[in-house]
Amino acid sequence: MIAETGHFAVILALVVALLQASLPLAGTALRIPAWSALAVPAAVLQFALILLAFGCLMVLYITSDFSVMNVWQNSHSAKPLLYKISGVWGNHEGSLLLWVLILALFGMAVALFGSNLPPSLRTRVLSVQAMIGVGFLGLLVFLSNPFNRIFPAPVDGNGLNPLLQDPGLAFHPPFLYLGYVGFSIAFSFAIAALIEGKVDAAWARWVRPWTLAAWTFLTIGIALGSWWAYYELGWGGWWFWDPVENASFMPWLAGTALLHSAIVVEKRDALKTWTVLLAILTFSLSLLGTFIVRSGLLNSVHAFASDPGRGVFILAFLILVIGGSLALYAVRAPALRAGGLFAPISREGALVFNNLILITALATVFLGTMYPLFLDAITGAKVTVGPPYFNATFAPLMTPLVAVMAFGPLLAWKRADLMGALHRLKFAAAATVVALLGALYFTWGGPVLAVLGFGLGVWVVMGSLVEVVERTRLFRASARDSLNRAIHMPRSVWGSALAHAGVGVFILGAAGALGWESEKLQVMKPGDQVELAGYTFIFDGARPARGPNYDATEGTFRVYRNGELLTVMQAQTRRFANPPMETTEAAIHPTRMGDLFAVVGTPAGDGAYQTRLYRKPLINLLWTGALLMAFGGLVSLSDRRHRVGAPSRRRVEAAGTAAQRA
Amino acid sequence: MRPKRRRLALVVAAMVTLGVAAALVLSAFEDNLVFFNSPSDVVEKRLPPETRFRLGGLVEENSVTKEADGLTTRFRVTDMKHTVNVRYTGMLPDLFREGQGVVTDGRLGPDGVFVASQVLAKHDENYMPPEVADALKKSGHWLPDGQKAKP
Repeated sequence: MIAETGHFAVILALVVALLQASLPLAGTALRIPAWSALAVPAAVLQFALILLAFGCLMVLYITSDFSVMNVWQNSHSAKPLLYKISGVWGNHEGSLLLWVLILALFGMAVALFGSNLPPSLRTRVLSVQAMIGVGFLGLLVFLSNPFNRIFPAPVDGNGLNPLLQDPGLAFHPPFLYLGYVGFSIAFSFAIAALIEGKVDAAWARWVRPWTLAAWTFLTIGIALGSWWAYYELGWGGWWFWDPVENASFMPWLAGTALLHSAIVVEKRDALKTWTVLLAILTFSLSLLGTFIVRSGLLNSVHAFASDPGRGVFILAFLILVIGGSLALYAVRAPALRAGGLFAPISREGALVFNNLILITALATVFLGTMYPLFLDAITGAKVTVGPPYFNATFAPLMTPLVAVMAFGPLLAWKRADLMGALHRLKFAAAATVVALLGALYFTWGGPVLAVLGFGLGVWVVMGSLVEVVERTRLFRASARDSLNRAIHMPRSVWGSALAHAGVGVFILGAAGALGWESEKLQVMKPGDQVELAGYTFIFDGARPARGPNYDATEGTFRVYRNGELLTVMQAQTRRFANPPMETTEAAIHPTRMGDLFAVVGTPAGDGAYQTRLYRKPLINLLWTGALLMAFGGLVSLSDRRHRVGAPSRRRVEAAGTAAQRA
Repeated sequence: MRPKRRRLALVVAAMVTLGVAAALVLSAFEDNLVFFNSPSDVVEKRLPPETRFRLGGLVEENSVTKEADGLTTRFRVTDMKHTVNVRYTGMLPDLFREGQGVVTDGRLGPDGVFVASQVLAKHDENYMPPEVADALKKSGHWLPDGQKAKP
């Protein structure tokens, strides 16, 4: 009964979405208020129905109802509750349902909190949002129904891939989706603006917080995925330039560009058509990201079994959304009037530079990710584009952007004084030189690129703090005065400083993890000891261990530093029964300056095991940096101006009459 | 600055960035485009030694041996038509088994042994790398359930 209720709710939601996509849009065009008025209740109803369906699926998973195919394929009665719940979205059908749930949630948020939007804009945004919903709900109802029954019902399920049974990964997809789907709002606003033929500061004011929220979620989602890969896959890597990782990284790059160009639209009324195009691009890449993962086109952890019908549907949907919106853009974009002028050396100029570099870097990532697919489709040749390609293109392209990032926020709008901005950075520059020399001294003979990366990271962190230090008159005014100024400083200034500093911290981590890592691979008998980067690892042998739904072999290492016991590390190889599979559970010991990482492999006879030991300096800064970026996004989101949303109606009218007079 | 010159500055900046990007992409592509070959490809194309490529197929039954150092593994990769000897030093992924699909990345040595620098982990028991599935289809030994291809 629960499964049928869920199925019925999804079908109803599709019908509601169809109505919401068509009638209100026609209503605004034909001036039939009753039709336009449908948009808001339809958005709320659509969300309620999808929430009901999602709730049904969750109940089926929690109660292990194996008469439902989806539950049988992906769950098992012996699985811990958390993974029964996360199993809901650990498969194709369930993850689609989560996707539309979030889509409808955001649609409802626009409906409920958008009362200060121009009514026609809100109606059109909701209709466009529903069009996306129709595509996804159609896929759910016709090709990917999560509520299909099987008869007779099996006794127990197949279980969830043990690699996915992990708290880090339980929340990785929802955050990623909150990011992807969040960009749908920017997209809907862009399409609605194209239909209306008007993009102004009020429009940008609405788009910015949504983009910022989506970007923040996506940042957290990507960081969670990377962290999971680091401690769960047991290879000690954190980013592999795997196509699926790139699929989530590309919308992040485009979203970062959108975030910055929308500022120019809001403050200076310039870059309007470009920003609309970016909004379309960002969401298109999010769609591509969702489907590239789901389509089975790429082989990775994320690929689920797929049938050709789905592939055709997905391809058709992608072409319709991307092609349709670009066609609309081509027809309507010239109608958007270009705004304010600015000199190349100005805040706008710096933001244009930001966009230029981000989009170019995005293009190189896109090329590297999609080239094998295109080549396979055209010539049938199978190729792989490895991480060295991405390192060799992405890093050099991003370096100038990161270098400029330190003083971009110090430049004035319209026309700025470059020398003045550089002068204000003299302390940051001094700190960078000291850091460079220090790093060079301590790692003499090591890779020079890591030293340069380290210097770049310090430069960005210090540069990002300059504005905060100046605005709070730190070290010049009294502590109390500084604190007062810090509290009253606009949150968006705090947010951008924190996010930019986060990028710097991330670069420090990347420099350490890529350049200064030490690694040793060997066979160790009980009692053997290995020296690694000043640490002594003594292997105490391996013993069997048991977990809730797996058996394990647990190897123990004692780690000494300067003759003193620092820690005992226990690494496992786990064998799961449902589905039958083995995983490697690395032992990680965080220290202030990075991680120790130990892996136990296959036995080599006489109680000896293959072992792999790493010292990974500064690697913790990678995720600290990513979290700092996300935190900066949240702080910026709490800025009063974002909460107000659009300017008060009186001001819009005043601006309107002023424009008419002009 | 006049609008015209401003636009010119923007266009020049964009051209420079794109030019640099194109140069980086081309040079990186040259070094890092890795082709996939099945054992039959290796034999039929007579690939010269020291070419880097990805070799994929099934790990032949009873072909896996460990060397005395405990770290080096030798095995044979087959598409049921031809086989290639492979040597790999390092930890094998959790799902490396005889009779299962595998993709390795490395170079062909002068003695005809493929020296793998990486053996790719596949995350699912029932999962067959698409390249391997294709290679088996070509050699005529593909069975829909993949894993049970018989020699």
